[in-house]
Amino acid sequence: MAQFFQMQDLGAITPELELVAFGMFLLIFDLMVQEKRRLGLIALAGIAISGFFLFRLRGTDFSAYGGVLALDPFSIFFKTIFLVAAALSVAISLKYLDIERENHGEYYALILFSTMGMMFMAGAVDLVTLYIGLETMAIATYVLVGFLRSNQRSNEASMKYFLLGAFSSGILLYGMSLLYGLSGSTRFVDIAEALSRRPLTDPISLLAMITLSAGMFFKVAAVPFHQWTPDAYEGAPTSITAFMSVAVKAASFAMMVRIFMVAIYPLRPQWVPIMAAVSVMTMTIGNIAAITQSNVKRMLAYSSISHAGYILIGFIAGNETGLTAVPLYLFIYTFTNLGAWAVIVALRRKDVIGEQIDDMAGLFFRHPAGAVLMLIFLLSLAGIPPTAGFIGKYYLFAAAIQTGHNALAVIAVLNAAISIYFYFRIVVSMFMREATEKTGLVYAPGLTMTLAIAIVFTLLIGVYPDPFIAMARQAVILGF
Amino acid sequence: MIQILFFFFAALAAGAAINVLVQKHVLYSALSLILMLTATSVLFILLGADFLAVIQIIVYAGAIMVLFVFVIMLLNLPVDEDGADRLRWLKFIGIPLGLFFLFLVTATLWNVQAGTGTQSRFVGSPQAIGQSLFTDYLLPFEVTSLLILIALVGAVVFAKKDL
Repeated sequence: MAQFFQMQDLGAITPELELVAFGMFLLIFDLMVQEKRRLGLIALAGIAISGFFLFRLRGTDFSAYGGVLALDPFSIFFKTIFLVAAALSVAISLKYLDIERENHGEYYALILFSTMGMMFMAGAVDLVTLYIGLETMAIATYVLVGFLRSNQRSNEASMKYFLLGAFSSGILLYGMSLLYGLSGSTRFVDIAEALSRRPLTDPISLLAMITLSAGMFFKVAAVPFHQWTPDAYEGAPTSITAFMSVAVKAASFAMMVRIFMVAIYPLRPQWVPIMAAVSVMTMTIGNIAAITQSNVKRMLAYSSISHAGYILIGFIAGNETGLTAVPLYLFIYTFTNLGAWAVIVALRRKDVIGEQIDDMAGLFFRHPAGAVLMLIFLLSLAGIPPTAGFIGKYYLFAAAIQTGHNALAVIAVLNAAISIYFYFRIVVSMFMREATEKTGLVYAPGLTMTLAIAIVFTLLIGVYPDPFIAMARQAVILGF
Repeated sequence: MIQILFFFFAALAAGAAINVLVQKHVLYSALSLILMLTATSVLFILLGADFLAVIQIIVYAGAIMVLFVFVIMLLNLPVDEDGADRLRWLKFIGIPLGLFFLFLVTATLWNVQAGTGTQSRFVGSPQAIGQSLFTDYLLPFEVTSLLILIALVGAVVFAKKDL
């Protein structure tokens, strides 16, 4: 009989355990401190310690708990993304929650718990573990989206996100149950083995694949399963929107890589056309819908939808370049997007919501540094060199061309061109219009730190991408 | 005999499920849901999954539905009078699409040949489930406890006036 638990297994999940410990500590400590901002600092310390444990596990390649959890370079790379995103989101929350008067320990605890769920998702090589990790992440996020409890939009967003999320989980589970029925196992490798023994046009395999992909497209907000995204992103506290748009999205993509590149890899000839269609729709509809938005949060929500479309190209290409591009793009996107959201958080003051494009008018004259930072983040989102966004897009589009998906590459480039238009609407508003609002940006150490880290990485990856590309390549080269 | 039981309870479950949707009064919907869950648990027994059947009744038909009914009584919801007019056109898209999906699934499953594997008598027993929970699925089992904690914290966050 195989060994189901050894002490080593506990070692493999130290970063997760540590986040749980800090999360529970925060829940208790919340009752004892008056100065709630300290709780945020404790959460940051927890994330840092978790990062330290993760760093100690680097380079391991080991399958824990009788093979339900993999600790490989792939999961470690993604766990790094989650921790960075969680740390920066906590840092931008400190001041924001004070302004919204909802600074509570539960908020930080839930961010830590959600991150813990993501870490299990990235490591899961088994359907049950994957699903439990997914729900842990999702339930914590549903609560966080509705955390502005006196704000009706926040409540509505949370409700919509919860209902649609639960529905999509149901569809995902339907696919998973069919896969289990086909293979008699929940392990991804066994499922792949069972699928490869069946004909390619086997109806049940196809039904399982389609329901599973529908569930997953929902989670990454790909068109036509994207309708929840703008509402949820707009209603959520801006710091949580930032967290969702990078961390939750990265976790969902980590799950997709494991499922599509391992579990249902034998069906690849069948899912590539579906994914290509979804990718084209996601890019195009995301970008076109973003053009008409006047609310910056909604605009960035649609922009995040279109970015999911670009990332899907990596799966369609499926070669080494394409698979390297997926974690690389998400890593870059984490810094760039969190930076852009941090600027929007800084616009939120006592009596100003700061979400409309008009609220950004003349920002350059009021606050040149903030405007220039936003400009760089937007350039990176649009994929213009020498920013990091260019490297990510370059790798994705190169992968499409290498594998002969020329039409897809052309559509993607055209979409990147459209996206420049709406990103520059913000830029025009910041640099060329009269300031309507006189108050400056909010200054807070956490915000400044986030902006500094985000800008350093956005530019560093842009001009010197080699070590990051090597890391991303190492993450995928072994497993897939 | 088993076939007769299967068709009877399957039809009951399907009928009750449809009734959940068409009832105008929330309470009737909730009661139909209990009927549906109970009928489904009989199907589980027929498949040899005794544990699942018992859990289905205790947790879903019992605990969760009692809460449902309780909340409905407390809130004293009015009878739903053709609410949500602006969503009416969704019926014309939703129902055909739902039927189309049903058709696809049925057509797929209709042609499936039954598996040749033999089913162990113990596969659905409490013993077998307990064993796999603490061996193969030890990690997800433990993480589930955290999942429940998170749900608890979330409920408190939403329900409590000042945290």
